[in-house]
Amino acid sequence: MTIERADIEKLAELARIELNEATIAETTQSIADVLALVDQLQAADTEGVEPMAHPTDAVQRLRADEVTETNHREEFQAIAPATEAGLYLVPKVID
Amino acid sequence: MNNSITNQKALHDKTIAEILAGLNAGEFTSVEITQHFLDRIKQLDGTYNSYITVNEASALAQAEAADKRRAEGDVPALCGVPIAHKDIFCTNGVRTSCGSKMLDNFVPPYDATVVENFANAGAVVLGKTNMDQFAMGSSNETSFYGPVKNPWDTNTVPGGSSGGSAAAVAAHLTPGATATDTGGSIRQPAALCGITGLKPTYGRVSRWGMIAFASSLDQGGPMARTAEDCALMLNVMASFDPKDSTSIDREVPNYTANLNQPLAGLKVGIPKEYFKEGLNPGTEQAVRDALAELEKQGVTLISISLPHTKLAVPAYYVIAPAEASANLSRFDGVRYGHRCDDPKDLRDMYMRTRAEGFGDEVKRRILVGAYCLSAGYYDAYYRKAQQVRRLIKQDFVDAFEQVDVIMGPTSPSPAFEFGAKGDDPVAMYLEDIYTIATNLAGLPGMSVPCGLVDDKPVGLQIIGNYFDESRMLNVAHQFQQATHWHQQTPAGIASEAKDTEGAE
Repeated sequence: MTIERADIEKLAELARIELNEATIAETTQSIADVLALVDQLQAADTEGVEPMAHPTDAVQRLRADEVTETNHREEFQAIAPATEAGLYLVPKVID
Repeated sequence: MNNSITNQKALHDKTIAEILAGLNAGEFTSVEITQHFLDRIKQLDGTYNSYITVNEASALAQAEAADKRRAEGDVPALCGVPIAHKDIFCTNGVRTSCGSKMLDNFVPPYDATVVENFANAGAVVLGKTNMDQFAMGSSNETSFYGPVKNPWDTNTVPGGSSGGSAAAVAAHLTPGATATDTGGSIRQPAALCGITGLKPTYGRVSRWGMIAFASSLDQGGPMARTAEDCALMLNVMASFDPKDSTSIDREVPNYTANLNQPLAGLKVGIPKEYFKEGLNPGTEQAVRDALAELEKQGVTLISISLPHTKLAVPAYYVIAPAEASANLSRFDGVRYGHRCDDPKDLRDMYMRTRAEGFGDEVKRRILVGAYCLSAGYYDAYYRKAQQVRRLIKQDFVDAFEQVDVIMGPTSPSPAFEFGAKGDDPVAMYLEDIYTIATNLAGLPGMSVPCGLVDDKPVGLQIIGNYFDESRMLNVAHQFQQATHWHQQTPAGIASEAKDTEGAE
């Protein structure tokens, strides 16, 4: 599997990380190196092996549908970059 | 230990067990020992950079409260003992950076369960320790706050990602510290800094309030100078936590109860794959000498095979980045943490906030994870890696039918110099070649000091069966009763004369 600049640009868009033009070639190369390492997996015989999602195959616990949390809006918003009237502020999305 | 010798030790040279004995005997107060460590951090940590934040005022207030509790006869397990928390555990009202610019301004409004457990046990928090950014790294070089220096040789790395916790313990700037281990981040720095560290079974220690890197692998654990101290810390740290959906509802045993059991008859598996090319000859010799020492105590060494070992690093570098790319999507500049200046629209805010807030290694792993999870590649990468993960687990399950514990080196070589692996992520990833498989399997693992190569510490890794932390601690403690490697300190650290006797 070869990876090229266009692939990295697409991944960066998916991950919402702006790329640095000056280091994009280096980034592409280092990611190609990591993918070459993980490509060793392709040689493994995994026919019929169930994928393992949890080390002890635990399943999600359920709890009673009861209110357990109290309102912490002010504490949470006190550490936000921008808020107003109890809302989080972001740049305008719709004109 | 002989009391007259204990009493001669400077406060910072005492183990947690010795500190508890001293506090109980009224030899010193928590305020005195806390102030002593705070002064020592101020004096020495400019060299090591092991702390990101030191909480002088709150530490002294906690110490005062602990002394008061003790005077009133209310003495919880670690009452008045100073410790440090890795800066990945959320602390109410105290900045929790995770070693990153992204969270440089993040002051959590709540405590992690682990932090709460130590507070309930009366421990005093000296500060928050330095780490690789978002726990991604094996050298502490990815920290936004600058690298931690290894107290054994300040030109070398302390290991990572819990390098600040490891260096702080090694430099006697705290008797114990919390840490986390996703692929070796407790055991490898413990080995490189010559201290004792334990990664518990996945699900044993709550992950609530511990900033997530790879949720199916992350596990918190203790670092200290002895196995006994790790047991004392784990007694407090381990708990069932309904707030962590992967926490295991199982009774927490008293981890100090079995420390003194003799080892005669214990079956120790030696995986042949852990002694192949790439292992430093001095490291190999130190580990083999340690195994010979244990044989003298009556253990039986049994050669075993973990045939899928070489697939552990490749499987990890699919699973961990994939989980990281999902976990780190929460850092978007909206609710907390860094936000770029003057975003022109929402997309620009996301793109620049994340470009500025994350370092190169974090970005690399997010991009690799996004690739492995992207349409058309999921089966070839993520699903394949999860299948290989089961094969790796099965290797261990088969081995534990024959043996009680597994042993080998913790890391392939002693501490390396800064920049030695800087341009080559794959070389850095291979640093965790012996530790990663236990995370994939969810098993507990430990590192204990077992020798010196060119005056740099070497770690012996002990891997236990699921929830068999007590047995690992027993083996480590017995090893430490017979050897002096865990008492070795970097030049100039201990106020006593350096113990040069070493092991036999």
